[in-house]
Amino acid sequence: MNRHTLSVLVENKPGVLTRIAGMFARRNYNIHSLAVGPTDDPRVSRLTLVVGAEAVQLEQIVKQLNKLVHVLKIVELDEADSVVREMQLVKVAAEPQHRSQIIELADVFRAKIVDVDHDSITIEAAGDPGKLEAMINLLEPYGIREMVRSGTIALARGGKSITDGSKVRMQRVV
Amino acid sequence: MAGGNAGSTPEMVTGAQAVIKSLEALGVDVVFGYPGGAIMPAYDPLIDADLRHVLVRHEQGAIHMAEGYAHATGRVGVCIVTSGPAATNLVTGLADAHMDSIPVLAITGQVARSAIGSDAFQEADVTGITMPITKHNELVQSPERIAGAIHEAYHIAQSGRPGPVLVDIPKDVLNETFAWSWPERIDLPGYRPTVRGHGKMIREALQLISEAERPVIYAGGGLVRSGADQELFEFATRLGLPVVTTLMARGVFPDTHELAVGMPGMHGHYSGVMALQEADLLVTLAARFDDRVTGKLDAFAPHAKVIHVDVDPAEIGKNRAVDVPIVGDVKVVLGQLLKVLDDKSDADFAPAADAWRQHLIEMKREHPLRVEQPDTGVLKPQTAIRAVYDTWGDEAVYVAGVGQHQMWSAQVIPYSRGRQWINSGGLGTMGFAVPAAIGAKVGVGRDVPVVAIDGDGCFQMTFQELATAVQHDIPVVFCVVNNGYLGMVRQWQHLFYDDRLSQVALPQDCPDLMKIADAYGIPGFRVMTVDELDTTLAKAREITDQPVLIEFRVDPDEMVFPMVPSGASNDDVIESAEEWRARLAAAADDQ
Ligand SMILES: Cc1ncc(C[n+]2csc(CCOP(=O)(O)OP(=O)(O)O)c2C)c(N)n1
Ligand SMILES: [Mg+2]
Repeated sequence: MNRHTLSVLVENKPGVLTRIAGMFARRNYNIHSLAVGPTDDPRVSRLTLVVGAEAVQLEQIVKQLNKLVHVLKIVELDEADSVVREMQLVKVAAEPQHRSQIIELADVFRAKIVDVDHDSITIEAAGDPGKLEAMINLLEPYGIREMVRSGTIALARGGKSITDGSKVRMQRVV
Repeated sequence: MAGGNAGSTPEMVTGAQAVIKSLEALGVDVVFGYPGGAIMPAYDPLIDADLRHVLVRHEQGAIHMAEGYAHATGRVGVCIVTSGPAATNLVTGLADAHMDSIPVLAITGQVARSAIGSDAFQEADVTGITMPITKHNELVQSPERIAGAIHEAYHIAQSGRPGPVLVDIPKDVLNETFAWSWPERIDLPGYRPTVRGHGKMIREALQLISEAERPVIYAGGGLVRSGADQELFEFATRLGLPVVTTLMARGVFPDTHELAVGMPGMHGHYSGVMALQEADLLVTLAARFDDRVTGKLDAFAPHAKVIHVDVDPAEIGKNRAVDVPIVGDVKVVLGQLLKVLDDKSDADFAPAADAWRQHLIEMKREHPLRVEQPDTGVLKPQTAIRAVYDTWGDEAVYVAGVGQHQMWSAQVIPYSRGRQWINSGGLGTMGFAVPAAIGAKVGVGRDVPVVAIDGDGCFQMTFQELATAVQHDIPVVFCVVNNGYLGMVRQWQHLFYDDRLSQVALPQDCPDLMKIADAYGIPGFRVMTVDELDTTLAKAREITDQPVLIEFRVDPDEMVFPMVPSGASNDDVIESAEEWRARLAAAADDQ
């Protein structure tokens, strides 16, 4: 199944996330990742959904999303032509003899050390999912105590915005 | 915007009064409801309101009545009930209205805002529960929001693809006093249904039609919702296009017309099923390629290109790939198509090939419904239903339950207009007929007879609403086709489970339906044999000022044919029990 990244503008109303998540569950669609946050307009939130679907199903997903009264606009982002980011916090076991190696590793990934304890280091990293995967692989041998990763967020490259809708392909049929 | 009183001191009202004023502002004339704790504040101003309230006997009755009312009139049906168990009693009806695109507004009471989430007495997460079975819903958070929420709900329910909308209002919101104002305009930036079809697609559709040799109009329930009878008639007759009408669309094109080829689907007419199978073009008008119509999807209408008109873009391409998609209200789109035809000369656009029409007319003649009614004795259900039609006639509205009697009613009555036939198609809700017929009767008024044709199983799910009909003087004709079985389930057990009948028998004389008529104080008639049929119905017909109950004791062994077995190709349509048995025998011989 192909991955598709959808940017969805929704009215900032109670229950809007439940409506979207519920619609996916009820229609048996696949969500890989979901992130939601405010926009410059307090009445509007922006969701980034990464879904797994073939072409026909993707069209259905977009159309069914559009039927939700609180959904304002949906755009599919082309991953190759977008800035795609996730954020990750990792707490790594850090024996004194490994400390400098771990810090060096974080540097390579342009990650930040955000907390240090006697025997652990917490690293904050942002990037595309592939980069974050690679960092985890390299940290694994030291011992990962715990980690947390955000959903994907993404913006199309270039000067245009989702609200002018000319560059990115508008999916809205209604 | 303040209801015309800008400048003067605003009128102070309670939330409860705001509910009633909102309904009045929308022109609602009747609500179906049942009171209780959380909604009680709204029942007080109701006493003085310019609104008819029909007190039901079960909240499921309220919502099915609202559906029947909406079905019959095209206007939004409104029901109002309390929180918790009352609201959950609406669930079946909401799901039903959602499936069949019926405009319904449900208002439910909720526990006070401070109690929400505390598992308070009669609390249920009603917006959560009904999210997937409503077009939209809202939990109202302040009295100032009541009018806006109800106005928007009403608009959403009846526009675009119609459907049920629920507004949940906490008790303290109903009790709070605030400054009333009616929002003349509604603001729904995320909701803008497309009404007009795309001009280019309109022309492409006509191009495909002009090229087709075996075109068929596949007419769906959306035509009824949009009130497009006339446009459909003009379009079909002008182009000479044969028409199949789905279970939800029966009547939207008159069955007696030579272009009418019947109903498609699992229990459709042979000609209705085969017209689609043989077609090279489906002109799909507000139908949704439901599995009960298509049978095995890959084998459905295998030679056909598809034009699909629907107001809901999500229906287009959902089940069947489409050659020409047209998003828009089907009534408006048909108007656009007719307009383009007006501008063309007849030479540009000749009616479809005569050979194809003749072929279908012949097919209709050669493959009629097969009912064998002996002259005396045992009454076949189809005979009873046909006699009901002959008694109440074309002017009446017919409302069915779910099961064999529903399919026979869809098959044997020649419908002539949309809204004349009301049934639960998408959800298949047993218990629908009694309350839906009551709601329909409230909608159509004194002069139009409303006849419910129910099954003995279905009837026992909701017949408590007979009291509603009596108390509120709603003279519906209730017919029960009593075959002593959950007949449709029995039919499947007979055909597909080797006649191993499991939990399908209902004693034909328990309850005694004549005693039920008696208990509710209405005339009851029982027809035991075919010989009594006409005289008894003539007597029942004379009663027009009160509800009537008519029981038909029918042949329990009768089955619904034609039938496309579940999951089979429509090409395998079986026309009679004999044909079915012959096939079984042939299959046994092969082994
Ligand atoms: C609420 C509900 N429960 C169960 C069913 C499954 N079901 C479909 S038809 C049917 C039998 C209906 O019996 P009856 O009302 O006597 O009609 P008949 O088929 O005998 O005409 C049943 C149980 C249903 N459709 N709806
Ligand atoms: Mg029965």
